[in-house]
Amino acid sequence: MPYGIRLLVSGERACFTRPEMKVERVSYDVMTPSAARGILEAIHWKPAIRWIVDEIRVLKPIRFQSIRRNEVGHKAPAGKIKQAMNRGDLGDLQIVVDEDRQQRAATVLVDVAYVIAAHFELTERVGLDDNEGKHLDIFNRRAERGQCFHQPCLGTREFDARFELLSPDAPPPTPHPDDRLPALGFGATPRDLGFMLFDIDHDAPGRPSLFFRAELRDGVMTVPHPNSPEVRR
Amino acid sequence: MTAIANRYDFVLLFDVTRGNPNGDPDAGNLPRIDPETNFGLVSDVSLKRKIRNYVELAHRGEEGRHIYVQESSILNEQHRKAYKAVAPYKDDPKTDKAAKLNPRTDDEAHALTKWMCANFFDVRTFGAVMSTGINCGQVRGPVQIAFAQSIEPIIAQEISITRMAATNEAEKKQKAEGDDSVDRTDNRTMGRKHIVPYGLYRAHGFISAKLAERTGFGEGDLELLFTALAEMFEHDHSAARGEMASRKLIVFKHDTALGKASAHSLFERVRIGRNIDGEFRDVEDRRIDNAPPARKFTDYKVEIDRANLPDGVEIIERL
Repeated sequence: MPYGIRLLVSGERACFTRPEMKVERVSYDVMTPSAARGILEAIHWKPAIRWIVDEIRVLKPIRFQSIRRNEVGHKAPAGKIKQAMNRGDLGDLQIVVDEDRQQRAATVLVDVAYVIAAHFELTERVGLDDNEGKHLDIFNRRAERGQCFHQPCLGTREFDARFELLSPDAPPPTPHPDDRLPALGFGATPRDLGFMLFDIDHDAPGRPSLFFRAELRDGVMTVPHPNSPEVRR
Repeated sequence: MTAIANRYDFVLLFDVTRGNPNGDPDAGNLPRIDPETNFGLVSDVSLKRKIRNYVELAHRGEEGRHIYVQESSILNEQHRKAYKAVAPYKDDPKTDKAAKLNPRTDDEAHALTKWMCANFFDVRTFGAVMSTGINCGQVRGPVQIAFAQSIEPIIAQEISITRMAATNEAEKKQKAEGDDSVDRTDNRTMGRKHIVPYGLYRAHGFISAKLAERTGFGEGDLELLFTALAEMFEHDHSAARGEMASRKLIVFKHDTALGKASAHSLFERVRIGRNIDGEFRDVEDRRIDNAPPARKFTDYKVEIDRANLPDGVEIIERL
């Protein structure tokens, strides 16, 4: 891959919510490709490029913790906002949290570190002055200096991600020898992570979710290309 | 409103003395604790709640500083009732149905979002999900706050308290039957309180200038946010909280929108250790094992490493 990058991301907590368990959130065991894409886009993205995640390397044992929080039950209704906007008066436009409360537990990952290996492709919205080299330079420059469009996060915004650019020729970081456990796919058999969310297809009507069969082999989850048949629609 | 042009990262240090900074609904309202390390936690939403409450308290009814996600305790009940009584604004089932179709176009959605951002401080600052079926009315706010964690493991103490009254007649009867002692008053109920004797917490925050551009989060809002962070606990006293106070607010200002250094490298410049006879000792230093537990802010020492600050990063101590 000529235009590949590797980014080390880590944090104290992370929540890559499973779509089937998102009322009381339960995280996937490993960062999803879509979360990885979000982290890369937080550092650099333009409509001319599309990030393709190639692999996600897991550097720490998979551990969970439960956190229960008081959350708000409803979204802001666009219709009501429009009403208030038209009459030019805020009126009862508010959410009273005590009356609309849901206590939800989240099962989140603790102490995580990953290496995201990715590259990008140019999209049909590419302009005359766009080329791979330019965008790669911008990304590398920003990531190296710790610049970002907004602070990337590990699944949800309260779990901020630390990031660090790895040089292309350095050997990939590996988990501590004590952590090279079968749970991370070390040993003879890879760890089957089951079906995992690949990404949301934002171009298709109804924005369907895409899935793939995720597997950890020696701590590495290989991510198929979006156009590959391994991605289930 | 012109949006801010600089990225900021901040460290907030706050402490609690004999109080419960953030109860855990999963653990019978015990202070939140990391079960593996016993470090105390305060959730991001808890801090955002206090910022909202402060802004509501200090700037109630001011143009552009309304709060969308309100807590009823600070809401003027009469005011709200009055609004509910006015017929045209009542929830009309027809408008609710029509709302499903709105907004029909992107332009309309943008107009709605813009209007919400202009009017509500919390929408402009933290963002909000404003959608009913169509997914374009979402605002991602520039301010992101992470979980706060205590500097050292905390001890949650359980304190039993009594109330010299019963809630109702049935309870009074029940108490009287179960109690054989002569001198006990029969309508006494027992309660529990959980307190942390002392805990110093550290929270990290991020302010993205690029996202601020989209919501119109300006210099005035930034100023208000920092004031709120410094003063929010002063107006949040209650029986449960004990004494809480913001102790330090250290802001890293980058001279560009994208920033000049990674947030975590800047955060590492703020080191907090125990104050042992005026000397800084890392909290992981074995030599503090015999020191008595920290019970006040002066038991800690905060050091800010200003050496070799990356170009274009400025440290502002707001508190």
